[in-house]
Amino acid sequence: MLEINASGLYYRELNQKIRDAVNNGEKEITVKNVNGQYYMGDGLRGKATITIEGVPGNDLAAFMDGPTLVIKANAQDNISNTMNTGKVVIHGNAGDVLGYGMRGGKLHILGDVGYRVGIHMKGVKKQAPTIIVGGTAGDFFGEYMAGGVLILLGLNNDGRPIVGDYLGTGMHGGVIYVRGEVDKKNCGAEVGILDLDDEDRKVLKDSLTEYCKDMGLSLDEIMKKGFKKLIPVSLRPYGNLYAY
Amino acid sequence: MNHDYQKDISGCGLTGLISRKRRRISGADIVKSLCLMTDRGNGLGAGYAAYGIYPEFKDFYAFHIMFDEPSVRWTLEEYLKNNYHIEKIEEIPTAPVKAIPISPLLVRYFVKPLKDKMVGDIQEEDFVVNTVMKVNSEIEGAYIFSSGKNMGAFKGVGNPCDIAEFFRIEEYEGWTWTAHTRFPTNTPGWWGGAHPFTLLDWSIVHNGEISSYGINKRYLEMFGYKLTLLTDTEVAAYMLDLLIRRQGLDIPSACLALASPFWKKIDELPDGEREALTALRQTYGSALLNGPFSILFGHSKGLVGINDRIKLRPLVAALKDDVTYMASEESAIRAICPAPDKVWAPRAGDPVIVNLED
Repeated sequence: MLEINASGLYYRELNQKIRDAVNNGEKEITVKNVNGQYYMGDGLRGKATITIEGVPGNDLAAFMDGPTLVIKANAQDNISNTMNTGKVVIHGNAGDVLGYGMRGGKLHILGDVGYRVGIHMKGVKKQAPTIIVGGTAGDFFGEYMAGGVLILLGLNNDGRPIVGDYLGTGMHGGVIYVRGEVDKKNCGAEVGILDLDDEDRKVLKDSLTEYCKDMGLSLDEIMKKGFKKLIPVSLRPYGNLYAY
Repeated sequence: MNHDYQKDISGCGLTGLISRKRRRISGADIVKSLCLMTDRGNGLGAGYAAYGIYPEFKDFYAFHIMFDEPSVRWTLEEYLKNNYHIEKIEEIPTAPVKAIPISPLLVRYFVKPLKDKMVGDIQEEDFVVNTVMKVNSEIEGAYIFSSGKNMGAFKGVGNPCDIAEFFRIEEYEGWTWTAHTRFPTNTPGWWGGAHPFTLLDWSIVHNGEISSYGINKRYLEMFGYKLTLLTDTEVAAYMLDLLIRRQGLDIPSACLALASPFWKKIDELPDGEREALTALRQTYGSALLNGPFSILFGHSKGLVGINDRIKLRPLVAALKDDVTYMASEESAIRAICPAPDKVWAPRAGDPVIVNLED
């Protein structure tokens, strides 16, 4: 196991150190005293597990292809942009625009997330990118979603709404699972709200088993409350938007 | 001055802090916080605003003035002497910084309007606003970039750390600080265009783009404001002066005018509230700031942070003891406050309002 002290290191130096370690075959890396360094794990390949202590900067895990990043604190904006494979586990809250154009892999967040999470998530071939959010989400959750799976749990939401407005607006593929009720007026015009079928329950159980293991949560506890499933049900709902 | 036209695509970075108990905090903290976000800017503008820094002159307006040419100074001072009692004149203390080889002449004046110059029922603050507008639009090459009491803005073209070193920011102590690193997108990167933008005690730092600039500008011009600094953010500073000081809105109402809820949301509200918000939006339609923004505005009684209505720019807030922090990135807060009591991301259009204790 390798330990890297990020204190006072500029992101270029820090990311070079991590890249060199992974290229040298290091499988377990702990990066200590991180604060605000951008682009951690970006474009990184291989099978290493990198534990990050402190708040990493924006654009974490962009284009990442393989590694696992474990963040012990909160994380910022633009995580897992166009990520291909691998996993990001965040034991805190995360910011806006997570999983933008995500092609595959997993993004597990224990706490709340901001706006535009899962925007234009797509998946490629047989890959289904998955984002699981333990807390609440802001507006535009799953905006323009084209593929993959978004799961929103709303644990410990203290009465706050589990999700914001414009849910799934522009959605044309993929599936969103929300633990609790969803108000149609907060959804995009093309979004249908359905009950779960057996296939959904299997997807949820598989995904959440791994999530609960990462976060130390109880699957039974989470499954006690019902989920709603959101999928695009209407083709070209804006066909007449500029026509009249 | 040659205002070279620049256009780049990126964000800016902002950070601010306030001690509710008016504990004066060294500028070193805000510099450290801003410098962590150096990469959010591109070196074409950085600046700081601080409140509580001139206790010995707290009853005088502190004019910070930049001069393109030293000779302009005499024209300005002649005008000033005819209209103000000048308690003190000094060059703003600066340190030589390699990365900032050229700068305008920077002078500060602690002044008070002459009683016999204030004709009719004009208030002292209106008189000062008129002076700022007149100087900035009529005296070629002179810009009053700070005009409040017991506060001041320090700004220029450069990276956050270089501008801080240049203005010796660490030597000041204030209870409220805001700071900004700039990445100009649509307007020139010049000394006057760096943030904060100020008028009287109002100071603004802004990340984003005010697409309603034209509407806001024309509206402000009807009330005598002159927009001279070639940057969209200028409208926000003058708008606060208009709405809060001149028209008497409280801060929450002014925030609702700048970042009004969508009609869709207003229509869902209960009767009284719906009518009030409808009236506010109808009255202040031209004050609405459209486009992406996160803004911090400081004033003599507190600090406010606010986002646009769909959160197109980042803003994080944190609390520790008597201090509230707000910044574009959580790490910029943790750089100076590693273990806050509470950290949160304010919702879109939902202002964080912090008031100083008396």
